[in-house]
Amino acid sequence: MKIGKQTIKLNSKPCIYSTSSIVGPKEMQGPLAQYFDMHIKDIFFEEKSFEKAESKMLESCINNLIVKSGISQKDIDVIFSGDLLNQCISSGFAIRDFDVPFLGLYGACSTFCEGLLLSSLLIEGNTANQVIASASSHFCSAERQFRLPLEHGNQKSPTAQATVTASGAALVTNRAVADNGIHITHVTPGKIIDLGVKDMSNMGAAMAPAAFSTISNHLTDTGRDIDYYDYIFTGDLGVHGSDMLRELFKNEGIDISSKHKDCGVIIYDENTQDVNCGGSGCGCIASVFSSYIFNELKAKNLNKILLVATGALMSPLSSSQGESIPGIAHAIAIENEV
Amino acid sequence: MNTNLNISNSEYDDLISKKAQKSPMLRNIFFAFVIGGLICMLGQFINDTLQNYGISKDDASIYTSISLIFIGAFLTSINLYSRLGKIAGAGSTIPITGFSNSIVAPAIEFKSEGYVLGIGANMFKVAGPVLVYGVTSTVILGFVYYLFNYIF
Amino acid sequence: MDTLLTYGSVFLTGGIICTIGQILIDKTKLSPARILTLFVTLGVVFTFLGIYQPIVEFGKCGATVPICGFGYSLFKGTVNAIAEKGFIGIFTGGVTATAGGIAAAIVFGFLASLFAKPTIK
Repeated sequence: MKIGKQTIKLNSKPCIYSTSSIVGPKEMQGPLAQYFDMHIKDIFFEEKSFEKAESKMLESCINNLIVKSGISQKDIDVIFSGDLLNQCISSGFAIRDFDVPFLGLYGACSTFCEGLLLSSLLIEGNTANQVIASASSHFCSAERQFRLPLEHGNQKSPTAQATVTASGAALVTNRAVADNGIHITHVTPGKIIDLGVKDMSNMGAAMAPAAFSTISNHLTDTGRDIDYYDYIFTGDLGVHGSDMLRELFKNEGIDISSKHKDCGVIIYDENTQDVNCGGSGCGCIASVFSSYIFNELKAKNLNKILLVATGALMSPLSSSQGESIPGIAHAIAIENEV
Repeated sequence: MNTNLNISNSEYDDLISKKAQKSPMLRNIFFAFVIGGLICMLGQFINDTLQNYGISKDDASIYTSISLIFIGAFLTSINLYSRLGKIAGAGSTIPITGFSNSIVAPAIEFKSEGYVLGIGANMFKVAGPVLVYGVTSTVILGFVYYLFNYIF
Repeated sequence: MDTLLTYGSVFLTGGIICTIGQILIDKTKLSPARILTLFVTLGVVFTFLGIYQPIVEFGKCGATVPICGFGYSLFKGTVNAIAEKGFIGIFTGGVTATAGGIAAAIVFGFLASLFAKPTIK
């Protein structure tokens, strides 16, 4: 049911039944290492190219989710998946061997929440019972597509973020089929916001206004204030982008600093790992949600969270043509049944 | 709460400039100066040594370029030039070793797309413009030079 | 003593050219490809204007090893070829003078790609 300007209240409260995550070597050196299900030791994952490695990672991640959930492929109604590569090849090739309908998504780093959002809507509409939402990114395949070759010697801008090598997947179920008490209660699809930021090395600042817009519209639509949630998790604003988000809220007289965490910031140790402003990429919020956040929800250390994945909807082509970077953010309210 | 953004593009831009982490300029300049200078000294050393062995001045300078290009290519292929570039910045980009790096790096990376469309087509992805503008400006200014010195 | 002075001026000249590049990178966010292109073109223009020759005489490899030295070789080669062969030198001089470097870069690039594998830092 639509409430307010752009939020949908889910009366059936679809359940996030289980999650699965896989990360690369650098993410395993980060502070969240203990939460990830699997990791790869070699960035090629025994494949011949980074793109193949990314596909294999996503495939392993979804396979693991199916095993973990104790279901079989025929129980799954549809898989939503997306990544950063042109024509979403990581997802297409990863899901090629599954006997499950596939819907590919592109929302840049917001893809995971877009997938969760659509999954929950399918279930709310009673058109599906078990749906998988997944996303992946790989540092090397993203660098190839968006930046300079890996072996090129150059310095990254201090506001740049490093693409996370990771995949995450979540199984969203109809409560009548399977329920663990973790429910999606509201979803707020985001509007595209562009404040004219052109710097490809400063995606965080380009996406922060979109996150602000979606979060504030979500709060208005639901009549909640920021204290309703234990935490608002944004997905990949990085250190600088998070700073910008806090500033935007400060302009409205709201202090979010004690209520806000960013997946791109918490996945790495900013001081010891060479990542400038933190992580980014579809796999970032996907793997952090599927590991750390979901764990905390299950343990009831967190009970009400707003998951906000942000995406920068540009390409190297649009940037070469002088276009600015349009940002988007989708919000998902996830609550423990208490 | 107002759901629209109460901030204009230029105000937001100012806010970014105020809040964005700045490049460590002094540190960067120090390493660019020292490493750039050292690479040039290495070139001088190669050049002097060759001339000591009786190689002509013109040939020695070509051999020097080739040697530095080899060093750049070698360090790139053992994954060291990218590390050097992180520290030295322009100090490793601007010397001829950096030109070499900008040709070798895409060649290595695009091998996965094959020998012709991968390595062949992408080798000059970064360094191509250097040749385009170097050669074009040379021919145009060479023509101007010719006009002034041989026609008028 | 002479050697020391020579190496000092090489270091100084090379260092200063790289510093100018670094300031441009940090202040203007120009990408490395743009910096290289800018410097090679400036090398050609300054040689044409007669500004670069004195820098090369002072800084030697400090002025010829940076990419603007590539521009210097291009234009100097053109001037020499025009003197020897006339009009055709406009087209043949520059690339002839730099052919060694370009061929080396292509061949080493190709050979390196056969053996090397990209990795993360």
